Formats: sequence, C-alpha cells, structure tokens
Amino acid sequence: MLLKRLSEACGGPGQEGEVRDLIRSEVKDLVDQATTDALGNLITVKNGTKAGPKVMIAAHMDEVALMIMSIEKSGLLKFHPIGGIDPRVLVAKTVVVGKNRVPGVIGSKPIHLQRPEERRKALGVEELYIDIGAAKKEEAERLVNIGDLAYFTTEFATIGPDKFKGKALDDRVGCAMLIDVLRDNYQIPVYGAFTVQEEVGLRGAGTAAYQIQPDLALVLEGTTAADVPETPKHKHATTVGKGPCLTVMDSSVIPDPRLVAKLMQLAHKHNIPVQYRRNTAGGTDAGKIQQTGTGIPVAVIALPCRYIHSPVAIGSQTDYDNAVKLVKVFLRSLEEEGGDQ
Amino acid sequence: MDVKEILANLSEGTGISGYEHGLADYLEQHCPWADEIRQDKLGNLIMVQRARNAAEQPYRPKVMLAAHMDEIGLIITKIDDEGFLRFSTVGGIDQRVLLAQEVIVHGKTDLPGVIGAEPPHVQDPNERSEAVPMDELYIDVGYDSKEQLAELVRVGDLATINRKVVHLGGSLMAGKAMDDRAGVAVMLECLKALATMNHIADVYAVATVQEEVGYRGAITSAFGIVPDIGIALDVGHGDMPGVPEYLTINLGNGPGIALGPHVHPSLHKRLVQTAKEWNISYSLEPATRPSGTDAYAIQITQAGIPTALLSIPLRYMHTPVETLNWDDVRKTARLLAQFIAELDQEFVEGLKCF
Amino acid sequence: MKSLIKDLVESWGPTGFETEVTEKIRAYIADRVDECTVDALGNLIAHKKGSGKKVMFSAHMDEIGIVVTYIDDDGFLRFSNVGGLNVLTMLGGRVRFANGTIGVIGREKGDLKDLTIDKMFIDIGAANKEEAEQKVSVGDFAICHREFADLGQRLVAKSMDDRIGCAVLVEAIRRLDHSDNDLYFVFSTQEEVGLRGARTAAYGIDPDLGIAIDVTRTGDTPEAPRMDVSLGKGAAIKVKDASVIAHPKVKQLMVRLAKANRIKHQLEVLEAGGTDAGAIHLTKSGVPSGTISIPCRYVHSPSEMVDLGDVENCVELVLAICRDPLAEF
Repeated sequence: MLLKRLSEACGGPGQEGEVRDLIRSEVKDLVDQATTDALGNLITVKNGTKAGPKVMIAAHMDEVALMIMSIEKSGLLKFHPIGGIDPRVLVAKTVVVGKNRVPGVIGSKPIHLQRPEERRKALGVEELYIDIGAAKKEEAERLVNIGDLAYFTTEFATIGPDKFKGKALDDRVGCAMLIDVLRDNYQIPVYGAFTVQEEVGLRGAGTAAYQIQPDLALVLEGTTAADVPETPKHKHATTVGKGPCLTVMDSSVIPDPRLVAKLMQLAHKHNIPVQYRRNTAGGTDAGKIQQTGTGIPVAVIALPCRYIHSPVAIGSQTDYDNAVKLVKVFLRSLEEEGGDQ
Repeated sequence: MDVKEILANLSEGTGISGYEHGLADYLEQHCPWADEIRQDKLGNLIMVQRARNAAEQPYRPKVMLAAHMDEIGLIITKIDDEGFLRFSTVGGIDQRVLLAQEVIVHGKTDLPGVIGAEPPHVQDPNERSEAVPMDELYIDVGYDSKEQLAELVRVGDLATINRKVVHLGGSLMAGKAMDDRAGVAVMLECLKALATMNHIADVYAVATVQEEVGYRGAITSAFGIVPDIGIALDVGHGDMPGVPEYLTINLGNGPGIALGPHVHPSLHKRLVQTAKEWNISYSLEPATRPSGTDAYAIQITQAGIPTALLSIPLRYMHTPVETLNWDDVRKTARLLAQFIAELDQEFVEGLKCF
Repeated sequence: MKSLIKDLVESWGPTGFETEVTEKIRAYIADRVDECTVDALGNLIAHKKGSGKKVMFSAHMDEIGIVVTYIDDDGFLRFSNVGGLNVLTMLGGRVRFANGTIGVIGREKGDLKDLTIDKMFIDIGAANKEEAEQKVSVGDFAICHREFADLGQRLVAKSMDDRIGCAVLVEAIRRLDHSDNDLYFVFSTQEEVGLRGARTAAYGIDPDLGIAIDVTRTGDTPEAPRMDVSLGKGAAIKVKDASVIAHPKVKQLMVRLAKANRIKHQLEVLEAGGTDAGAIHLTKSGVPSGTISIPCRYVHSPSEMVDLGDVENCVELVLAICRDPLAEF
C-alpha cells in the first residue's frame, strides 16, 4: 500500500533521498517530466492539452527527525530534534540511525532508581541519549556519523474500522494524496511539487514556486487534530473522520478566500464532508508560495491527524479518500471554468 | 600586509548594520586581487575575480562568497535634558556586556563616551545581584545639557564600542566585530591566493551588509548575482567553559565545516575531502536549523542555490572581546581557495541532480 | 481631510479581507491617476506615469481583528487573533462582522494576569448554537467596533493604523498637480501579519525608491516607555525599526526636503514593530527605502490618536518627494 511505504520510508529535512526516490519511481509513468532542483525538490509536470490555468500542488517530503550532534566517549549519541518535536514523546522509543538504519533506543533512568519528584519533571533533550549498543566512541564511529538523522521505527498499519497509524503522516499523507491525484489526466497543466525542508522553515516551497510560476496553488498537508480527551471542545483544531480540512488562516498564510469558498462550494455540491481548520497556529508551504514573485493565490487542504510530530500519528482512510476526491473535483472545475480569478 | 594586520584594521573599522560605508571604502582600497569592484543599492560590496587560465572552454560557474561587514552596535534613541544619551541596540547584544564600556558616538563628529548606570553604592543589596536592564543604561559624553549637544548628536546616530585589538598568547587575538570581519579577512586572503591559481570559476566575493539584523544584504546581493554555488563565511561558537563541548568548535583546529539542511550535501562532502587532501585541520559543525548566517538567505534565492558555510571558531561572540586564532583565518582561506580552484563543470552541474 | 479620515477608519477591512476599503479608496482617486489595478494579493496599485524615477509609496489598508474558530452549544464564539492584539484592550469591547453583526468580548474566570485569547469568547446575543449560526460561521473575520471621535486638533479612532496612512496618500494624490517621476501609490494588504501585500507588490513594481507611510508610537504620555517621538512635533522620519534600517540616502532626502520646505519633522527610532518598507527594501536586488511615520498614541487599541498637524506635515513631505528629481536614486 502506497501510504504504508511512504510512511515507513525515512527522510528528514535536507536528507529526503529515500522518500524522493520512492516517489520518483511511483510517478514516473504518471507524469511528462520529473526534475530536481538545487535544494532537492522533486518537481513533476503533467502538461495537459490547454495552456492554463497552471496549477501547482505541493506536499512536503521531509519528516521531523533527530540529528546526531556528537558521539560521546561512552559510545552514546547526543542528538537534537530537527523540526519541532516535543521532547516528552522521545523517552523510551526505538529509532534507526543513518543510511544503514542502525537500530538504537532512547533510554531513561529506570523507575527503581528514581525519586518520586523526579518523575514530575519532563526530560529535556539535553538529558536524552540514543544507545546503539556501542561500548565506546570508536565503535560507534564505525557505524554512524555526526550529522546523521535518526528516525522513529513505527510500522504503518490500519487500526479500527477506518483509521491508520504510522509515523511521518505529516506530510506523507500529502505526498500520497498528490500521487493519487496525478494518476488521473487533466486538460490543464498540473505541477506536482514534492518539496523539501518544510519542517525547518518552509525552505523548499518558495524556490519550487519560483521555478513553476503557477497561476494558483494547493498545498496538501497532514495537520493537527486535537479531538482527544483532556482537550476542551473549543480547542479541537480539527476532528478525525469529519472530512478534509480547509485552512482559513494559519501563522504563515491567509489562504485566498475565493479559493476557499470555491472548495467549500464544490465539497457541498459533490457531497464531500469537509471542515474548517479551527486553529491559527502552525505554518505550511502555502505561506512561501503565496509570497513568491508577484503573488500566487493559494489554499490548503489538510488531513486531520492525531499526535502529529510524534512517533505515531492516526488518520482516517475516509478523510483521505475524500481529500483526494476534493482535489480532483477542483481540478475538473478549473478545466471547465478556466481560472476566472 | 599579513593576516594579523588585516584583521586588526578590519576589527577597528566602524560599520554598524545599515552604515557600512567605512568598511566598504577600506575594502575598495585594499583589495588589488579583484578585477572589478562595485556596490549595489543596499551597499553590499561585490569584488569580482574572474576565472584564471581557464583555457578555451567557456564554462564559468559563478561562485558567490559572503562575509558580512556590518557589526552590532548601539543607536541613540533619546537625548535627555542633562545631556545623557539613551540608546537601543542594532543586532543582538547581551546588555550585561555593556556596563562600563567605552564607546565612540558617531554624531556630527566622533565623540568619546562611557556607558554608565547607577553606582552599586546607592543600590539595595538585592538590586546589585540583578543585571542592569538596557533601559537603565546611558552613554555619558561629558556634556551637561541637551542644548550643548544639539548640533553634535541626533536621535538615530550610532555608537560603536571603543576597542583596539589585543594580541593574546598563542595565535589568539581579541577585538570587537570579529563577527564577521574575520570572514571578510578570509575572503581577502582567499582572493589573494586565487589570483595566482588556475580556476574556472568567476568568484564574486561579497562583503554583505545588514546580516546582523536579518541577513538582509545577502538576500538582495544573491538575487542580483544568482550564483551556481554560494558559500557563507561567518564565525562559529568557540570552545569555552559553561558551554557543552559538542556545541562548539575548537580554536586552533581550523574552520568548522557546517552540515545540516542549510548545506548542500555534496558541497559539504567536497569541502571535507579537500581539507583532508591538503592536510587542513577542520571541525564538523552540525546544525538542525538553517543557521543564523548569510547562508540561510542565499540558499532560497530564486530557484534555489547550493550553499555551504565555513565557520571561524570564535569565543565570546557578540561581546567586545571576541577572541579567535588568526591561524584559523589562514586555514579557512586556504581551504576555500583550494576548493574553488578544483571546481569542475561536472561537479557544479551535478549539484542540481538528486 | 477629516471626513476622508472618518470614512476610511470606519470601514470594515481586517487583514485578508480589504475589499471594502479598496473600493472606497479607488473611488477617491481613480480619476486622478493614469491606472488603478488590483493584484493577486488584493493590493490596490495606483499608477501616475512619468519619465523620472520610479517611486513606490505604500500604506496598508488592513486592520487587526479576530477570526471565529468555534461556536459552542450555547451560542458563544471562540476566536483567534488576526495581527497583534492586546487582550486587555479587547476586554469589554465590541466586534463587528462583515454582515453587521455585533458581538461583545467576555472572559472566563481567573486572574487577569493570566488572561490569554483562548480564555475569552464573543457573545453575539444568540440563545444557542443554531441561532448563532444564522448570523456567523466558523472562519468569519471581525474588526473592533468603535466610532471615530473628533477632538479638534486631535482625532481618535480604531484602525488609524494604517487608514491614516491611506488618507495621507489619498490626500497627496488629490493635491498633486504635477510630477516628472513615475509614481506608484500602493494601498497594500496583509501588513499586520507580515508585510505580505507590500512584498509581492514591490516585486512587480521593482522601484528605484520605496517609502512606506505608517503609524509609529510616541513617548509623550505619563510614564511612557522611553521614545523621542511626540504628537504635534511633525512628521516622523524613521531611522530604524525591527523590519528596516532606513537607507541613509533616503533619511537624508527626507530631512533635506523637510528643512527646505519648512515641514515640521522629528527623527524616530522604534525598538520593535515594522512597516511595509521592511518588505520593499529586500525586493529583488534591493531598493533604497524608508518610512514616513504618523505619530500615534495607543497603537493597536480601539482608540488610536493622531494629531492633524502631523498628518498635514506627512502629506506635505510625500508631495515634496514626488516633486523632487531624486537624482541620487
């Protein structure tokens, strides 16, 4: 299953290679051209038969990960998160390190040796280490390098009647959705941009948009759903199972209201459940794309996912299918109406 | 002029973010290794050295070097009635390093001054253990009233720390603004070396402006040049007590070669290879976030630029006693020159292939 | 000018939804310029053609506001801020939606010191969710609801930031008889969330000189944080803020023109805060830029106060720039 392979592939900011290669092999028969640029963005294009409007659809390939910052004398590895990770989710997890996927664990002091008050304080990144079983520095240096990335080892699987769990749903769900969209053929030119380094500051999206110069753009993301116990209802950013989310405003962008309204209208017309993202925190590639050149109208369609930026997130298959449907319906409507905007 | 002299002159020059012309003038007069020197609209100084002995083949990759010539400093925000000058900072300064420093206020003329605050004798014991906040500091230029200063100083005038370089033991030197005059010195030394080497690259050595307030000069100069490769030269945190070893690079061990999302992996690899080949010592400098240097801006210019970063180890960054080993400056320049001289078409064109 | 200012400040135009303001301004100036266009981000660009230097003036149309994130079963609305809002100035205040619906801002119990936006809500007088949903939806934007007050020499209103800047440009356009320069008057969007409109407008124009017109704080109220700008002391020529260090040539130009034309002026250093010049000066390979600031008390509150004399000085300085040959750019 495509989403499974994408979720289990490893690719952090600046080191998206494995994910890029996987996507490239998936799309090579679906698109007319696939190129990379100086940052590693994978830019694909389906030329279509009409001249326009030119649409760019973006999803980012990078996931949050851990970067090995030093190899201690003891053989333990010190690390820093690359992209935002709450350090509290790191304790007692298994990881794989570097190109050779060396297995490691993030350990912590056993409960037997702790005082009760210690357990009330969260462990910060400075107090954590990855243990790959090396007895000393030289041994570890034969297996891993400074600058290597370590990834969670979560296996992707379906759970419950409609949901799936896996790591890196942000934004492998976006990549998978984009690939599924590229399976159909369209009359208008469609650029599938698989971007890099979104998690460390939306770095790839702007340069991709600069090259493509689209008339408008859609960004496909995995976004936070806080629809869980202990969170009051009005703080639920999105709800899993209630359909793909449309962003009204986030920290990086106010999506074009005309595009958002159009997507809403199409969703209702085609009976696709849809919801607004009810939170204004967090940024996406849309922010950079909108501000490229003389400005590009942009909208964000996101899949609600619980526990994003942690070793295991949960999303809904129905939401996924509806998101893909919504994008396709939108592209068809552009074909019919042209880009009146 | 040897590296020590160049560094001293650069460190003692005045050029706060937005007002770097003093440094630009100095560089224009002291860089005989450039074929062309020009300034762009924001004041970035672009020194171009074209390919040397590149034979018949027309391929000329553009390599942009960026070292910022601006320094952090102070800006006058108000002249109070008794003639004391209130100020704010340009760039990030820990205000604790300012107390009791001597400054030069660049008004209509240069005025010497002292940064003062309430004396400890008249403070409560618990006040004394707290750092003096920025808005309780002021510059005393020895005048008694606002009126006396009316023709001499205005709101918006700048002040730099009055500091001549100090030569310490070993090959260490301390001074203000080593961040990033050390990088500028590296660029000059590199151009000097390249002048007598064969290279196919057209080298654009840019002394950038306003890095300290948001790498602003790098954003616009990179847009104007659109290089095939961009290499930023800046300072990196040197070893010192109180800071975990793995977050610093040792003085005397040559440049830090940065790695992370802000550095193109092939450039990093090649720089390390070149250092090993030519026996130039170096440290690895991993970073999880695109760094707070010009490299950050250059990398995302237009359609994206393969970028690298070399760091000169520096202790006590953003204080008036920034300390480095001048031999690291020479080593960095050597590594950079060798790297540029060895560039070939296949390598440069391959940077876009992932 | 008072009626122009009143008309603009009382308009509805939160960040991202500036069209009402766009249309109003267009009506004021369309017959005084050669071309009026609206770009992809909604910027209104008024072009007065000329053969001289290309100058871009920019004043932003958007005002800070709120966006509805949730409607609870009892008809109360939860919201997030659009642009920099101060929770203390919002308490007990009112908001207005595009369709005219008015709401009151209330808060949950707890210490005022710990007050954050997620502990506040808006009451539009609905008895329950269904009633509320007839008037507003999740995703709706709203602005502060407060009328303009004429205190004589001084004026008070919400959104002086930056409708007063827009008024300055409109008035300058109305009074401008002739200029050799190629003038672009940009009424920009989305400044309050990161200078977004100005960034893309400047990219399209790529001017020789960029001047933003925006408000700045003052240090002339009791126990004010130290700042050397005061109401009534004239147009403030910005030296530096967090978004830009004014190009020395631009600063010198403005001081020279102010002195030559006997325009009351003062120099300004703002420690935090930014203006459209922050975006303009980093366009392409760089644009020498600066800002003319209108001194303003109580910025980002519903009662921003400006001095008519200062406003007039700003108009005169804009006109002086338009008429100058600008040889140094």
